[in-house]
Amino acid sequence: MKTYLTRRQFLKMTGTGLAIAVATTSTGIRLLSAAEMAKEGPSFRPSAWLEVRPDGTIIATVSKSEMGQGVYTSLPMIVADELDADWKKVRIAVAPAGDAYKDPVWRSQSTGGSSSIRHMYDALRKAGAAAREMLVTAAANAWKVPASECAYELGVVRHAKSGKSLTYGNLTADAASLEVPQNPVLKKETQFRYIGKDIPRLDMDDKVSGKAKFGLDSAVPNMLYAAIARPPAYGAEASSYQKEAAERTAGVKTVAQIPSGIGVCAETLAAAWKGRDALKPVWTKGSDPQLNTVSLEKEFLSRLDQKGIVARNDGDAPGAIDQAERKFEAVFQLPFLAHATMEPMNCTVDARPDGCEIWAPTQNQTGVLGAAIKITGFKPEQVTVHTTYLGGGFGRRFERDFVEEALLLSRAAGRPVKLVWTREEDIRNDFYRPMNATRIRAALDASGRVTAWSQTIVCPSIFARVFPQNMKNGIDSAAVEGVENMEYAIPNLKVEYVRYDTPAPVGFWRSVGSSHNAFTVESFIDELAHAAKKDPLEFRLAMLKDHPRARTVLELAAEKAGWGKPLPDGRTRGIAYHYSFGSYAAEVAEVSVDKKSGGIIVHRVTCAVDCGPVVNPAIVKDQIMSGVMMGISTALKEKIELAAGGIQSANFGDYEILRMSEAPEVDVHIVKSRAELGGIGEPGVPPVIPAIGNAVFAATGARIRQLPMKPALVLAAMKRG
Amino acid sequence: MFANPGIEKKEEESMIKLEVNGKQYELNVDGDVPLLWIIRDHLNLTGTKFGCGIGTCGSCTVHIDGKAEQSCQMPVGSVQGKKILTIEGLPEDHPVKMAWVARQVPQCGYCQPGQMMQAAALLKKNPHPTDAAINEAMDGNLCRCGTYPRIKSAIRLASAGGKK
Repeated sequence: MKTYLTRRQFLKMTGTGLAIAVATTSTGIRLLSAAEMAKEGPSFRPSAWLEVRPDGTIIATVSKSEMGQGVYTSLPMIVADELDADWKKVRIAVAPAGDAYKDPVWRSQSTGGSSSIRHMYDALRKAGAAAREMLVTAAANAWKVPASECAYELGVVRHAKSGKSLTYGNLTADAASLEVPQNPVLKKETQFRYIGKDIPRLDMDDKVSGKAKFGLDSAVPNMLYAAIARPPAYGAEASSYQKEAAERTAGVKTVAQIPSGIGVCAETLAAAWKGRDALKPVWTKGSDPQLNTVSLEKEFLSRLDQKGIVARNDGDAPGAIDQAERKFEAVFQLPFLAHATMEPMNCTVDARPDGCEIWAPTQNQTGVLGAAIKITGFKPEQVTVHTTYLGGGFGRRFERDFVEEALLLSRAAGRPVKLVWTREEDIRNDFYRPMNATRIRAALDASGRVTAWSQTIVCPSIFARVFPQNMKNGIDSAAVEGVENMEYAIPNLKVEYVRYDTPAPVGFWRSVGSSHNAFTVESFIDELAHAAKKDPLEFRLAMLKDHPRARTVLELAAEKAGWGKPLPDGRTRGIAYHYSFGSYAAEVAEVSVDKKSGGIIVHRVTCAVDCGPVVNPAIVKDQIMSGVMMGISTALKEKIELAAGGIQSANFGDYEILRMSEAPEVDVHIVKSRAELGGIGEPGVPPVIPAIGNAVFAATGARIRQLPMKPALVLAAMKRG
Repeated sequence: MFANPGIEKKEEESMIKLEVNGKQYELNVDGDVPLLWIIRDHLNLTGTKFGCGIGTCGSCTVHIDGKAEQSCQMPVGSVQGKKILTIEGLPEDHPVKMAWVARQVPQCGYCQPGQMMQAAALLKKNPHPTDAAINEAMDGNLCRCGTYPRIKSAIRLASAGGKK
């Protein structure tokens, strides 16, 4: 199913097939044929590729990583639609890492921020349409008739008057010599053949047969397996270890210390693990041996009274709250979360003297290439990066720590190395969703309207490490997203950010700041609705008069969930909405709470999403459902525990994620929308978490302001009342 | 080569005989190594996945004499003489495979071979499982993408002979 296409191969296609490259220039997108590419020289930066082969096969090169979100299907659909190709003839090629494949918006080859369709849609449509126009022109030239008399359909150009027809494959050679139209006429929505339809996934056969190659399935001749002994606490180092004992272990070839620990490379994984056991390292105590979950919670809470950096300030919220008669306050605490991708971190590297080859399940090809160049000193053309299937990403695979380790160990061993992390290493060496604490104060007037809202969030910074250039005035946009851009009409609104970095590193975790901020905002809005004795849906709608998309998703989710209608005994509903990554999502959770145990069952979640025009509705629904499941998992189960200066949680036994018996039915309803394209990978996560909390309140009268909502916590909240 | 019976005996002990997907293998490996790694790294059948290494996620599920087992918990020495089936050995027209495609179950796809092997074993034992029986059988197979509702739907479809 997959092939690789290099720039050199692309250039070689001149005369044999039709290939279109999309170049990102300072003035916009430019389309190039292979012939034109050759003239432009290597400085041009084409970012998306489309090839029509003489046999009629269509190759769509995908520069985004497939981690479940469906880009190996949805991105080719866009090209194929404009081209009016026969879908059965569409194949994908996975782009190697290189400037040519950089995202036209980000100018980096990476997958994240629910942006693949948003960033690639225009470029891919133009590439498909340009190729189609060239094929039609080539046919018209061959028949000596006006192009306007020629029609295209499913890979064939026809001339009705003469009854002549030629396939795209027949036309590639002639079409390739034509100039590429820079402003091809795009199809009208009514002409779409694939866009907007539930096209089955192109990766399905690979994934039901066991043939799909994930990073961990990479194999290179003469390869060693690598394992790393890692310090148990942050800042700890090996004061001693039994290097010789490890080296004496049967099958062990190389023992090498690297910044993250001590690597053992061996002929088999079992031998690498035995060698690692033999190391018996003695670790220093680390930077903060007293650090644990409870001590950290105190640190976060103690900072809520600090003056933060002001991220938004409408009117005078503190003043208005001071003077208000009805004021409310709540403090929320949320934990570090692990990504826990089903495929643990891994990377295979063949570092040779003249270059290196990397097989990585990565969301960040530009980052991998950069890491390789930095470590090896090679030129970009000496480094080849193969992106494998990703066994989950969720932001974890944007990092390149596992790639750096494999590079260092392959160099140390002088042989190809497959680095395999155990689940324990994966959970304990993550870049976590930040732990955080939030306080919200608000005031209601006599008629139950929210007059003021003042929110402080204490949260570590992701951007300070990952993209320091994106820090604005000391504010990490991730920490305050979903709060500083809150849409509720509140005349006095203040948002403050207190940055507090702990030894545990933080990173992008599916829906990033929205994963915690939707919970605090939407839980507290619900509290205020009840305090104002208003229906939580009506209360929200009244504050969203200027936000029709928000109202639409709330109304649709409510209607489909039967909001306000009777439920079986013991069941209650909660609602929440959130805007993130360009999309609106509203979700209604139907739950029941066991009053004796405090256990929560989520029976059903009803979602409405407005993500603008939809490429593949089935994939959109799957992504929203997937986000809902991850949201429920964090609402009910997930929490990273710290002890003795490091991460204590280790595996699925003590870092539990959602299981089938806990998974509700999920209905997803897509709003027909002409708004700007929005993302779908992440927006499903945030609303379900407060929706569950709000439903639990409806069931018990208790507000849960900490996550996860484990039974003991629910019971304690019920006792408090 | 038979001059030293001691060595011969040792060699015999270290040769592991396996039957995987109907094929016979003889391997010179340590009998303590989990079956998972033998299947993946020695037989190059990489469809069976490593998820947790402690039997809590089900990614490594295979059939041993028709029963679903977690191959990360199974020393290879203990499965000699038994019939081992991996995802690669599940026939193209197996109802589970067809239902998985019909319901477009996988997202990232990593856990799915384990899910499918678990589901195939369930349906063999119980061709018409209730929802409760499905949950019970499948609860040890984690999916981080949250494809659970489609997995259930696919199992029901396979159970109905593809007619739902």
